[in-house]
Amino acid sequence: MDITFDQVSYVYQPGSPFEHRALQDISFSIQSGSFVAIIGHTGSGKSTLLQHLNGLVQPTEGRVNIGPYALVSGEKNKHLRELREKVGVVFQYPEHQLFEETVAKDIAFGPENFGVEQKEIEDRIQQAAKATKLSEDLLERSPFDLSGGQMRRVAISGVLAMNPEVLVLDEPTAGLDPSGQREIMDMFHELHKSKELTTILVTHSMEDALKYADHIVILNHGEVYREGTPLEIFKQREALENVQLDVPEVIDFLAKVEEKMNIRLPYEGQSIAELAKELARMVRGGRDHE
Amino acid sequence: MSSSMIIGQYVPGDSVVHRLDPRSKIAIIFFFVLIVFFANSVMSYGLLALFGIGAAASSKVPLRYIMKGLTPVWFLILFTFILHLFVTKEGDLLFNLWGFKVYEEGVVQGAAISLRFFLLILVTSLLTLTTTPIEITDAIEELLGPLKKVRFPVHELALMMSISLRFIPTLMQETEKISKAQASRGVDFRTGSFKDRIKAVVPLLVPLFVSAFKRAEELAMAMEARGYRGGEGRTKLRELKIGKLDYVMYGLFVVVVIGLFLTRN
Amino acid sequence: MLSYFLGNSELSRGGTRMEKSQIEFRNVSFRYHDDAPWVLKNVSFTIDADEWVAIIGHNGSGKSTIAKLMNGLLFPQEGEIYVSGQKVNPDTIWEIREQVGMVFQNPDNQFVGTTVRDDVAFGMENHGMSRELMVERISESLEAVGMEAYERQEPHRLSGGQKQRVAIASVLAVSPKYIILDEATAMLDPKGRKEIMQTIRDVQSKRNLALITITHDLQEVTQADRVIVMNQGKVWMQGSPREIFSRKEQLIEIGLDTPFVSKLADELLNAGLSLSREPLNHQELLEELWTLHSTK
Repeated sequence: MDITFDQVSYVYQPGSPFEHRALQDISFSIQSGSFVAIIGHTGSGKSTLLQHLNGLVQPTEGRVNIGPYALVSGEKNKHLRELREKVGVVFQYPEHQLFEETVAKDIAFGPENFGVEQKEIEDRIQQAAKATKLSEDLLERSPFDLSGGQMRRVAISGVLAMNPEVLVLDEPTAGLDPSGQREIMDMFHELHKSKELTTILVTHSMEDALKYADHIVILNHGEVYREGTPLEIFKQREALENVQLDVPEVIDFLAKVEEKMNIRLPYEGQSIAELAKELARMVRGGRDHE
Repeated sequence: MSSSMIIGQYVPGDSVVHRLDPRSKIAIIFFFVLIVFFANSVMSYGLLALFGIGAAASSKVPLRYIMKGLTPVWFLILFTFILHLFVTKEGDLLFNLWGFKVYEEGVVQGAAISLRFFLLILVTSLLTLTTTPIEITDAIEELLGPLKKVRFPVHELALMMSISLRFIPTLMQETEKISKAQASRGVDFRTGSFKDRIKAVVPLLVPLFVSAFKRAEELAMAMEARGYRGGEGRTKLRELKIGKLDYVMYGLFVVVVIGLFLTRN
Repeated sequence: MLSYFLGNSELSRGGTRMEKSQIEFRNVSFRYHDDAPWVLKNVSFTIDADEWVAIIGHNGSGKSTIAKLMNGLLFPQEGEIYVSGQKVNPDTIWEIREQVGMVFQNPDNQFVGTTVRDDVAFGMENHGMSRELMVERISESLEAVGMEAYERQEPHRLSGGQKQRVAIASVLAVSPKYIILDEATAMLDPKGRKEIMQTIRDVQSKRNLALITITHDLQEVTQADRVIVMNQGKVWMQGSPREIFSRKEQLIEIGLDTPFVSKLADELLNAGLSLSREPLNHQELLEELWTLHSTK
């Protein structure tokens, strides 16, 4: 499903002393099947934007199209249920939404609400648990007896079991240890590729944005600040610094190398080993090589 | 956004009423509530109304906030009034409305009771409008202090109240967050039969309880790590002080009480 | 400044005990119940005054349990723990908790007061300090973490990083000798994380403190004086960050990661460059490269 934001603004509590404009004239589009990272500071409007994708809020001005569904300011959308079935959201710390007696029941909760048949649900539980590498013997346990990392996998399984076409991830690795973070992100990337899931990742991690996304949207004070491919975006070091965002460490380091030694080694997605080889060659080459 | 919620409707300000010691406010309100029931003449009611409305005016709290606080009780006041009109059958017959006879005494009593009601609500809501919840907590702890002698857990009660106040906004945010997460999993909190809606609350309440317990556990550990071991030997940062203003207020109130007993029938 | 510390020690410790400023674990083993597996098994180490020690390990390696044992929130089944020469047991915990301050992971669940100043006062109230001293220390410690402008703020109006800074101020106000940060940056965004690390560096350089950070964040680890690596309830390795990160393969085996610089240095080695030492940050690696580049 293609997604477009067309001049969307969102205002919290309009007309009250607490009025707050969270989004301001936002326009951009997300191609079906792409992996888009949305970056910005806390308070930049990321989470408000994310809630539009699921019809949890309605634009104050403008319009959002998500495949055949439209959220238009001032109009009531009658297909919210369908929209929510097609767009799965993994919220921050999703393990906080678990409530059922068993893991299997919790995973089944979404599909049941959307009226999926019981037999189909059984299949989906198995598939979702497999995708998130939850071992089968956990399915009949209480989710509250599991470790934090396992609980998160259960919650993610619950979203996957809805068989969404679009997956929205709000900092899905927050609070995990480094190996847990890598596993979860690799899993989402794998799902994105194998199921052609349109994936929208809200993140603070420039490293993840660089590693996984095909397209990046940077929000600042509720506006789209920059948009482009990761390599385009992270070339603009100063522009990022102006809004207090870092560039990924590898790009940062290569920029320092260029500054200090006048060795220019542009980043084009090389692995660390490849970079090391090039860098070693250039360093060894010494001055006469330049 | 839940951060907009004004706990206990406190309206910040620096008026005379705001600056009174919360203990004075609670004590005066307590006695006011008692003496309201002694009023029985126009003059005595007038005196109390003057005191109540005067206090409200000097608090400088905008009228609409005060009125907002009264909204839920307007109906009750009106209901009391009408009830008296129909039930009391004394005094001269004023008029006859399609068979319902309204007597003079009914109107008088109805008005009197409604006024009492109004004054009680007005004065008590002035307390929460001009006093932060934490000041009220401190005042209660101080006023209940003597009960410590009979082993009433005054300190614990006050701590419980202040921690609840601290966590109300946090839990509100959490409620909003979880209800959105469940809505995106297809829960509909707004439509459906009564039974369906009750069922829809379970996925909201269970996570809320789980998280509240987890918070409580972590908070208890954090408090212990910071040396908390009950009220004994503890000092306090926040201090309540009875000042000149409070004494002036006591004097004024005594005058009102004397006035009330002079103007009674 | 001197009176700041003296005032406190007179108040509670009476100066009768031998003063040996370190935390010592002697063959400590711990488990939650009798039939549960050991969370810590025969753990021994010491942490000196003024030292910054980072404790790392994957989830479940026992590192957070260590923190809770240090100030008597838990007690070991075997072995002993000494804080400044005093054994940690139920009789000494109140004195020990005054010396060992802790900052926890969740910014919300350790904020007790209804406002910033009330929260900073909480620990001091527990230790029975006078009101004048409290008022003085509140402004001192809020200034130390750069939160002096927020004294009257309510917690729900603060960011996670700001709440954690208040938590640090609350600990400082009691003027402890040791501060433990138990994954205190794990729930923060990068900006909050930077704020906290800056705050910690400031505080440690200005005050006479030992710092114990329990963390996953590799950036935090590289700044410590010493690292204790935990694995499956045992001390797997102790050493300087440089020594630890030179064991890249073994670290990965026990589920830990190494910083980017360290990975790149390894690959440079593979590509035939010889570096004189394991670099810990960009600056150090750049200098190595520069030397190689210009001596050619």
